[in-house]
Amino acid sequence: MTLHQGNERIQSRQSTGDTVFDIIVIGGGVVGCAMARRFTLEGAHVALIEKAPDILDGASKANSAILHTGFDATPGSLELHCIREGYREYLDIYRALGLVHEKSGAHVVAWTDEEMDRLGQIRAQAHENGISDVAVIDRATLRKHEPNLSRHALGAVEVPGEGIIDPWSAPYVYLRQALANGAEVFLHREVTGGDFDGNAWRLHTTTGPVSGRLVVNCAGLFGDRVDHAVLGHSDFQITPRKGQFVVFDKAASKLVSSIILPVPSARTKGIVLFRTVFGNLAVGPTAEDQDSRTDASTKEEVLRTLIKDGIAKIPALEGMPVTATYAGLRPASEKKDYRIQVMAEKNWITVGGIRSTGLSGALGIARYVYGLYEKTGMTHTPLPDPALPKAAVLAEGAPRDWHAENHGEIVCHCELATRREIEAALSGPLAARSLAGLKRQTRVTMGRCQGFFCSARLAELTEGHFAVPMSEAIDDA
Amino acid sequence: MMRNHPPLNSGAALDVAVIGGGPSGLAAATALKESGTARVVVLEREAQAGGIPRHCGHPPFGMREFRRVLRGPTYAARLVERALRAGVEIHTGTSVVQVRPGGSLLVAVAKGVMEISARRIILATGVREMPRSARLISGVRAQGVLNTGALQSMVYLKNRRPFHRPVIVGSELVAFSAIMTSRHAGIRPVAMIEANARVTARWPSALYPRLSGVSLLTGTRLLEIHGERSVTGVTVAGPDGARRCIDCDGVVLSGRFTPESTLARCGHLEVDPATGGPIVDQWGRCSDPVYFAAGNLLRPVETAGWSWSEGRKCGQWVADDLAGRLPPLVSALDVKTHDPRLKYVMPQKIMLPPAGTGMVDLQLRVTRPVRGELVAVNGKGILWRQNIHALPERRVLVPIADMDCAGGAGTIQFEIREEIT
Ligand SMILES: Cc1cc2nc3c(=O)[nH]c(=O)nc-3n(C[C@H](O)[C@H](O)[C@H](O)COP(=O)(O)OP(=O)(O)OC[C@H]3O[C@@H](n4cnc5c(N)ncnc54)[C@H](O)[C@@H]3O)c2cc1C
Ligand SMILES: Cc1cc2nc3c(=O)[nH]c(=O)nc-3n(C[C@H](O)[C@H](O)[C@H](O)COP(=O)(O)OP(=O)(O)OC[C@H]3O[C@@H](n4cnc5c(N)ncnc54)[C@H](O)[C@@H]3O)c2cc1C
Repeated sequence: MTLHQGNERIQSRQSTGDTVFDIIVIGGGVVGCAMARRFTLEGAHVALIEKAPDILDGASKANSAILHTGFDATPGSLELHCIREGYREYLDIYRALGLVHEKSGAHVVAWTDEEMDRLGQIRAQAHENGISDVAVIDRATLRKHEPNLSRHALGAVEVPGEGIIDPWSAPYVYLRQALANGAEVFLHREVTGGDFDGNAWRLHTTTGPVSGRLVVNCAGLFGDRVDHAVLGHSDFQITPRKGQFVVFDKAASKLVSSIILPVPSARTKGIVLFRTVFGNLAVGPTAEDQDSRTDASTKEEVLRTLIKDGIAKIPALEGMPVTATYAGLRPASEKKDYRIQVMAEKNWITVGGIRSTGLSGALGIARYVYGLYEKTGMTHTPLPDPALPKAAVLAEGAPRDWHAENHGEIVCHCELATRREIEAALSGPLAARSLAGLKRQTRVTMGRCQGFFCSARLAELTEGHFAVPMSEAIDDA
Repeated sequence: MMRNHPPLNSGAALDVAVIGGGPSGLAAATALKESGTARVVVLEREAQAGGIPRHCGHPPFGMREFRRVLRGPTYAARLVERALRAGVEIHTGTSVVQVRPGGSLLVAVAKGVMEISARRIILATGVREMPRSARLISGVRAQGVLNTGALQSMVYLKNRRPFHRPVIVGSELVAFSAIMTSRHAGIRPVAMIEANARVTARWPSALYPRLSGVSLLTGTRLLEIHGERSVTGVTVAGPDGARRCIDCDGVVLSGRFTPESTLARCGHLEVDPATGGPIVDQWGRCSDPVYFAAGNLLRPVETAGWSWSEGRKCGQWVADDLAGRLPPLVSALDVKTHDPRLKYVMPQKIMLPPAGTGMVDLQLRVTRPVRGELVAVNGKGILWRQNIHALPERRVLVPIADMDCAGGAGTIQFEIREEIT
């Protein structure tokens, strides 16, 4: 394998059709973005292919945004290993990349005597997993930590290391760092098949082929389908598991300081109350198996149950306005653990079934996969001094663009997104091509009014940028 | 149209800062100047002052204010012109981001942020409609689901249209504006649906959809919005519970107004969950007495004319307050309702007997048609009673002077008794 010196700091170099990349990453979810970054930093020439016009359009579109410690992961599992590695690396790099980490801590709260009896076991598992600061606290201490919690709370396991991050800026900047160091991205191109000549892959996409020596399938909710389409078989099957959420008004975020977890069941971590780094308080997710890999619809009855659940835990939420509702789909497979497989003879690695901890695990998964790759005898020279792009500053309380001079204007009044931020998000190799993409990059329309005040201005500013435009000029039609 | 006025800066000695340049804010500022207040500024976050009427491209506006029938944009322009003539400084592109105790404001403009303070602040930030999320509507977050206000802004301010065949949800007056706006833009609504058995708006409007060829489906509830990227249809349930799908490429969620009370809610001012606006006394004074509130921020929802007239009065009361003529904010009685048939009562604090100035009436609304006796009680007994026949779209006014003030202290509760069904 030729060593590729990929340290050019060019924004978007588009290779000619005959470039043979070292690595092709299929899928621009959080896992694919972290993968592209890791291989690029190690010195490989990487292409990332994403079928949607914007990245983060699958499972990574919507989650609880918690950076997990791994305290409740299965001891000895690959998932635990990757979460721990991912957590460690995130803490190493987040400042340099302009990301946020709010170490809010979490409480696994017991609401019944049976749940109280299980707290010791949860602590023991956390200790076994190497998270040694996890402790059981009594009712009085819990009340001191969380005075707004319902009086029915009996006690808790305190997990000081759990925290919240920005679920979109993180993967965006992972991929941006890859791009700034020589990787390339192909958006709005679906991988439909491929040929392997014993040395390299030629992947077919909806708009022409992309060639590379090794493929890392990070297709998330479509991981099994991509294996089928290209390899003809898959060792696992994805059954999407939907999680619905309700986001309360920012006024609610004063009511809790930590992440409020229930005592988990085998199937799910259960319904969580968590603050977001954007200053909201959210409740969710549900865990509902379904066949559709794209249907992230919400159901009124379910949302009402979530609100009720939130109020039962934090009575002061009664009457609190709802800002947003959403749902995400977990790429669940037959097993709880990650499904990472190397087919060395085929130059293919599948990273599948990253069900419910991918945001936390992504950086660790990428390191682990790079390790597997090295074991096949491949190596590159790590970039000595990689470019460090900075993430957009979107967290509540951070020095946002509206604080700075010459931002143009505030376009989204609820989330205080500026014209300069919007224009930046509409340009460059990861330019937003849909309102959903623009939301993830700038937060426009994600606040209280959900676009009442700014939709018209946005329709004007985004003209010519979106695959499906927000509006058309009246005179044109 | 903007006159030259001194720039806004942190050191400015402001008498009154009005947040929001809609009908109520402009009226308040104008009244303040007319009563001799020195430096009065309006802080407006949009590029143009005028508020909601800027994008209501239809009549009737202005009867009360100009004694003629105007379209919204003309009306808004005239209010601005009148305020400027009176010497009000209007700063557009100026967002108030935070209100702080004692009258200091964090303000963002294109150049950056600054903190300004004024002796009095008037909040006049209006209302908006409830979005899809807060209505908990089932389905996907497809593109093409808008409130009427967003539709109007696209059509009248930007000459753009977001869809061709939307379903309009709701039948408050504003839903009829949605039809008018659609017609203006060559949009053909496929249906108007209303969950209640009757149209909410009063009767002349009720004829309008039929006249415009829009089918009106009452007793019909929106169950779900379909479409992956853009709206492709909705499922509704009719009066008999039967479900059906309606093909459409957009959804207009009209009405269900909520005060735009972010500043109060996230600041230090008390908010009334019933109105959704700040808690005020009969002078529009908030829990921090340096702050006042006027217009539709006080409660959902009244007309532009009503908001304008409230703004004018509020301006006068603030001028009175600056001159030391308002009674201090003590000994006011709380006014509340726990009756589910009553939506709100505003002001939420009153002084009895009324002092001669201030709001003359308490404003109430019912949540559904009600015929019965409306009573105001406190610990001492009944302070006021009257038979009413009220509809949700009509305000109920209770003259404060008619309340029996011998009752003395204690929270005043409004409730319906002897409902005739
Ligand atoms: C409700 C919910 C809550 C969660 N909470 C948390 C949490 O708090 N903390 C945490 O760490 N994790 C959480 N997760 C888990 C986390 O979101 C997922 O593990 C993670 O997003 C999986 O990412 P991925 O990159 O594997 O998959 P995806 O995000 O699905 O990425 C796959 C990408 O591949 C693309 N693709 C698919 N097929 C093709 C093709 N043929 N050609 C090209 N591109 C293709 C897709 O469009 C997609 O963008 C949660 C998940 C859900 C649903
Ligand atoms: C979609 C819609 C349609 C309507 N149609 C009609 C109609 O046809 N006829 C009618 O009589 N009434 C109508 N109304 C009612 C409307 O509320 C009143 O007409 C009138 O606009 C109320 O005046 P206001 O000054 O209280 O508020 P608004 O007119 O809403 O003005 C509030 C102003 O405050 C500004 N603002 C808000 N927050 C800030 C901040 N933080 N910093 C700076 N500025 C801020 C806003 O930009 C806005 O300009 C409609 C309302 C809506 C929402």
